[in-house]
Amino acid sequence: MTIVQQVNRRRFLTATGVTAAAALAAGATQVDWGHLMSAAGENPLDPDAGVLVVVTLYGGNDGLNTVVPASDSAYLNARSELAYQPEEVLDLGEGLGLNPGMKGFKSLWDGGQLAVLRGVGYPKPDHSHFRSMAIWQTASPETSVPTGWLGRWLDATGDDPLRAVSVDPVLPPMLAGERTAAASLPVGGLKLPEGALGKAFEDLGAAQPGEGFWQARAARSVNDLHRAVRTLGGSEKDKGKTQPRKGELAAQLDVVAGLIEAGVPTRVYSVSLGGFDTHADERGTQQRLLTELDGALAPFAQRLAKSDRGKQATVLVYSEFGRRVTANASQGTDHGTAGPVLVLGPKVKGGFHGAEPSLTDLDDGDLKLTTDFRDVYASLVEDVLGTDAGKVLPGHSGRMTGLFT
Amino acid sequence: MVVLSERAAVRRLHDRLGFGPRPGDLDRGFAETRDRLLGGGGPDAGAAATPMPEIGPPPGKPGKNADQAEKQQARKQVQAQAAQAAGWWLDRMAAADVASVERLTWFWHGHFATSEQKVRSPRLMLAQNRTQREHALGSFTDLARAMVVDPAMLLWLDGSSNKAGKPNENLAREFMELFTLGVGHYSEDDVREAARALTGWSAKRDTDGAQLIAKRHDDGVKKILGASGDFDAQSFADLVLGRPESASFVAGRVWFRLVSAAPPPADALNRLVAAYGSRRDIRALLRAVTDEPAFRDSATSLVKQPVEWLAGLLRALGVRPGKLDDKTRAQLLTGLRGMGQVPFQPPSVGGWAAGGAWLTTSAGVARLHLAQLVAGHADLGAVTKARDKAAAIGDLLGVDAWSDRTRAALASVAGNVRQLSTVAACAPEYAVSG
Repeated sequence: MTIVQQVNRRRFLTATGVTAAAALAAGATQVDWGHLMSAAGENPLDPDAGVLVVVTLYGGNDGLNTVVPASDSAYLNARSELAYQPEEVLDLGEGLGLNPGMKGFKSLWDGGQLAVLRGVGYPKPDHSHFRSMAIWQTASPETSVPTGWLGRWLDATGDDPLRAVSVDPVLPPMLAGERTAAASLPVGGLKLPEGALGKAFEDLGAAQPGEGFWQARAARSVNDLHRAVRTLGGSEKDKGKTQPRKGELAAQLDVVAGLIEAGVPTRVYSVSLGGFDTHADERGTQQRLLTELDGALAPFAQRLAKSDRGKQATVLVYSEFGRRVTANASQGTDHGTAGPVLVLGPKVKGGFHGAEPSLTDLDDGDLKLTTDFRDVYASLVEDVLGTDAGKVLPGHSGRMTGLFT
Repeated sequence: MVVLSERAAVRRLHDRLGFGPRPGDLDRGFAETRDRLLGGGGPDAGAAATPMPEIGPPPGKPGKNADQAEKQQARKQVQAQAAQAAGWWLDRMAAADVASVERLTWFWHGHFATSEQKVRSPRLMLAQNRTQREHALGSFTDLARAMVVDPAMLLWLDGSSNKAGKPNENLAREFMELFTLGVGHYSEDDVREAARALTGWSAKRDTDGAQLIAKRHDDGVKKILGASGDFDAQSFADLVLGRPESASFVAGRVWFRLVSAAPPPADALNRLVAAYGSRRDIRALLRAVTDEPAFRDSATSLVKQPVEWLAGLLRALGVRPGKLDDKTRAQLLTGLRGMGQVPFQPPSVGGWAAGGAWLTTSAGVARLHLAQLVAGHADLGAVTKARDKAAAIGDLLGVDAWSDRTRAALASVAGNVRQLSTVAACAPEYAVSG
């Protein structure tokens, strides 16, 4: 059976307790956000400032059928009908090939703009979607922490939530900091009524001394909304209705590209694609999803290449875990461990990074990691966002070297 | 700790065990209200008047050679059935006289979160809904036993393709992790062995029940959670439900949704588990929850989930989705989608988010538009006649008290009761269950 799940999956929020609101628990001082916003309007994003676009693939994407070791007999034997044959994949060399649905990625690879990071994971892998996604989003494998890795970046670098924007109705934990949480923006744009009703609604955003925690947070969200509308609302107004229907991810990335080109003061964007929880009849479903990913990202990359600000963008694509090497009886795979992470953009040093995990030296049927995901994050924080990674990943010293040119 | 007034505590009972008060509900006391909400479930005229629709089987799957138009047609038909099912449930939520049954059914839907998006049979989703309603306030053991072989669940978590030899682990894992035990109380080996216990079940979109196909079932000895035996679906469920960790896990999930995002203190948890007992009595557990001091603590506020907020608004303003035209009912569902929550479509098996995740900028816009839509169909005569219109809308919604901030906002639209009720519905005092 196919899996046709909603694309925006915020599955783990309940399980992790990491929410945007936890972010504000520490009594966020109302810094003068209004001034910050108008300053941003007068002084838009520096064209040389790096921008990070994070693409989350929810459900545990099968890495072995994404970057396929098609010439490895251990792979072919373990998966019979699920496996791709060497002639089916888009050859990358070293015995590996991209899933046939990823033609746009292959062009990026040929242009030296796609880095394939192999065997990325974390020690003592957790096979729960929720724990594992929480680990990836908080970048804290051993202990639960209430902040996301990019939320900590927000905390470390100022108080303006518009520096990170999620194009999803619900905020992913990754973007929740201790004091600051990212703004979220719907694909259809933000349209509010005018006149008395609009004014009264806006008035609900005023802080009320002595108000309870969640009520204060609700008021603040109304306030945030109006500030976001002032800054971002116009850019995508009335768009979407007249446009031909595309995939949700493509629509999300359209919004992101527009914002980058417009020079809004946002350095981090988050978008997502769900449905990768493929335990049965996986091959067709996953290929369809990877085709959707490819069809959304390749035009996005081409569009960004045309503007100076766009050229500063780097895209990260990851999932909470890969899959078991051996297929199950229903032509799917069960929850596994390490998988490939894809990083793309003009600044990236294309090619393979990190060692391909062995298919014969397994850990109870699972791949052993060769690269710690925090090393990848650290490089993105330092090389794209220009922030000392120690502030985001305290106590972690590893770095992914040579990821950028 | 600031203890809620009696009236606010009654309002909280309605918020947490129902979908908020209807006009007049706050005139009764706490004990009486609780007994009514957790009572034996006598005849409910409102519920009886909104029977579950007969939704036929989903259209047959278009063949391999079907053209785009045929596929599109089949997709549209399933979408229409799904909208009918979701629209009906919203209507039932608005119509039921004792809302606790719907509220707990809603809770279990989020707990055993199953999505129409993959099941692709609204009829099976409704069948699961009926089962959840039947056990909503009954025994969790019965509920869990029903869910592990529920057809929609089997399709959702690949239980239907779980066969002896190379088992599919999906249902076994989520059953332990999310439904009954919680992460950390089972091992990877337990998942693999439990998957064997669940082999052999089959469900089809176009038939009603699930069946066990003997030759696909692995009847060997499995070792699960330290016990060995020829476990099958029911004995596996019993084994898991018998674990002490299960009681505290389920009590914790109820607490999380109905009381507070902060876990219950150890002594409170002990009391809840004792009340829940070996019979896994949900009604007794809920009663114990409302006995806890935290239940009357003003600090244990919760953000209303979009469906809870909308159902409450429909009830308070006397709007019945079943009496609206198809287009307007569709707009209600579109509004919910904009807020991030549509019945029968949880984002994943983990269910919906909680707390601040609902307070995003995009959800705020959708909430406002939805509030406008509902206000447009409400009978606001009582507010129109009232001198203090802000107080009158507050009474209708059951809000404890408006803050000065909200009073000022309401005052500016007091001349237009529809705008007034829109703004009131979006006020922090109503978006949150304080």
